[in-house]
Amino acid sequence: MGTYIIRRLLQMIPVILGATFLIFTMVFALPGDPLAGKCGERPCPPAYAAEFRERYNLNDPLPVQYAKYVSNLVQGDLGETTNGIPVLDQLKTRYPVTAKLALMAIAFEAIIGIFVGVLTGIRRGGFLDNLVLISTLVVISIPVFVIGGVSQYFLGVKLGWFPVTVTSSNPSFYELMLPAMVLGSLSLAYVSRLMRTSLVENLRADYLRTAVAKGLTKRRAIGLHALRNSMIPVITFIGFDFGALLGGAIVTEAIFNIPGIGGYLFRSIRARDGASVVGTVTVLVIVYLFVNLLVDLLYGLLDPRISHD
Amino acid sequence: MTEAAAVVSETVAPNGSSDENRSLASDAWRSLRKNPIFWASAVLISIFVLMAIFPSLFTSTDPREAVLEESRSRPGDGTWFGRDIQGYDIYARCIYGARASILVGVLTTILTVSIGGFIGVMSGYLGGAADAVMSRVGDVFFAIPLLLGAIIFLVSLPDFFSSNAFLGALKVSLALAVLGWPSMARLMRSSVIQVKPNDYVQAARALGASPSRIVRSHILPNSVAPLIVVATISLGGYIAAEATLSFLGIGLQAPAVSWGIDISAALVGLRTTPHMLFFPSLFLSLAVLGFILLGDAVRDALDPKNR
Repeated sequence: MGTYIIRRLLQMIPVILGATFLIFTMVFALPGDPLAGKCGERPCPPAYAAEFRERYNLNDPLPVQYAKYVSNLVQGDLGETTNGIPVLDQLKTRYPVTAKLALMAIAFEAIIGIFVGVLTGIRRGGFLDNLVLISTLVVISIPVFVIGGVSQYFLGVKLGWFPVTVTSSNPSFYELMLPAMVLGSLSLAYVSRLMRTSLVENLRADYLRTAVAKGLTKRRAIGLHALRNSMIPVITFIGFDFGALLGGAIVTEAIFNIPGIGGYLFRSIRARDGASVVGTVTVLVIVYLFVNLLVDLLYGLLDPRISHD
Repeated sequence: MTEAAAVVSETVAPNGSSDENRSLASDAWRSLRKNPIFWASAVLISIFVLMAIFPSLFTSTDPREAVLEESRSRPGDGTWFGRDIQGYDIYARCIYGARASILVGVLTTILTVSIGGFIGVMSGYLGGAADAVMSRVGDVFFAIPLLLGAIIFLVSLPDFFSSNAFLGALKVSLALAVLGWPSMARLMRSSVIQVKPNDYVQAARALGASPSRIVRSHILPNSVAPLIVVATISLGGYIAAEATLSFLGIGLQAPAVSWGIDISAALVGLRTTPHMLFFPSLFLSLAVLGFILLGDAVRDALDPKNR
């Protein structure tokens, strides 16, 4: 187990380096000048421009810039935005908001999705099964920004059940409830379908027949044996989805005016603010890799046949 | 998704039934023909493809003809779906919008399937160091969230790509494909690894077949099924992703006609003119639905476990 974790952690290093380099190269290729509009409606004074370029290493070729960035990154320094604010401070105020949103969305999709999946998996072919099958198809095919806009209007503006937009920089649980449901809606459909298929497959497995044959109640056989093994693909999906939700929150954040990383990243790309873009994405990649490691470790807990030794 | 990965090994088992020519493909086609969902999705997709190639078959109105005095008129006031804020005929815009979406969906799928398929087959068949390198490179691209990566990539592409409609669609496809290929490569790799130890592959090697022949005539036909299923479903996903990027204002740009652009413009007026939102969303959802249903039907046909 210990060696497995260490090996996985070592494998992360090239992936993190590769991903930051990739983003760095793309930002390097971004059109436009970070100095544009910096000094009002006139070009910046040459002295300021020279100092600015020197400070942000803009005169160096790409590999040198990247090497300087990584050596700072290793020391925990994510650089400064072009406004002179440390990127780390920006991320510290914005990441918790997006993380809260994504975690709420994950909880929403996991709890309801697994419950619905189990319910439809046990009573396969019934009315509820067909209803869920059709409604998940509908949810999957409607793009998230339409779901977001329409639910904001009906549940927020018309019925007044939820706040229409987020107004504080540290939004409450209640304010994020509707955005989280919108964000998690697509994955909810996937989770419930995945849970259903996986459970149906395991209900036909030999070990379940054995469990029933040796006298376990059906409830116990399913709850204790089938459910745990069926969770594996679902957990895999949810783990992968956490990273996707952090990134995909950009649309939800735009609709509900949430001050998370989405809007920040979007503005940074527009302003060609390299340090902000690379820093934000690097943190996303690291979170994604750790969540996946966690998921792989969970496999061993869920299915005793899988071992990491 | 993961359900599809387990498909192949069973389907290649010899099919002891009557006629000799029952290959995997003809077997799948046989069960596909009986599936009403397959026919429904095929009809839906054919209509959208026809719409994309010959929009003039469906409407004679120019989607860029602005009748400002009838701006925001309701469905039925002279036009089928009403007019949007610019006075454009929404029906014509919905018809002409199919081209951008289908084009992006098809181009992205071709790119991801060919890049991901090639790399997946290579790393699955070669194994060892080549596999390790290609898998780690795939991990790098896989770890970057699709939407964020696509945004950065789109903004960093040169203006050359904005010069005409086809290049605009190609630009969006490239952005989606750059980060989308690793999932196809992973799928193909695991599928090839399942097929590789089979006896007929060993037999072909023993008979002296070259690696390229083994891959082409033995491994590929028996391992490609999950890729086909996932590619079909993803095509719907790419169409939705294109609309999302256009919604954010960085996918296709204004003179281009796209469902995503129209939906984005209509969300503002949701309160007073819901029809402006409803029709482009309906078309977009139906197109996505068509490909998802087709993928589901193909998977059921290729997976003998569900029979």
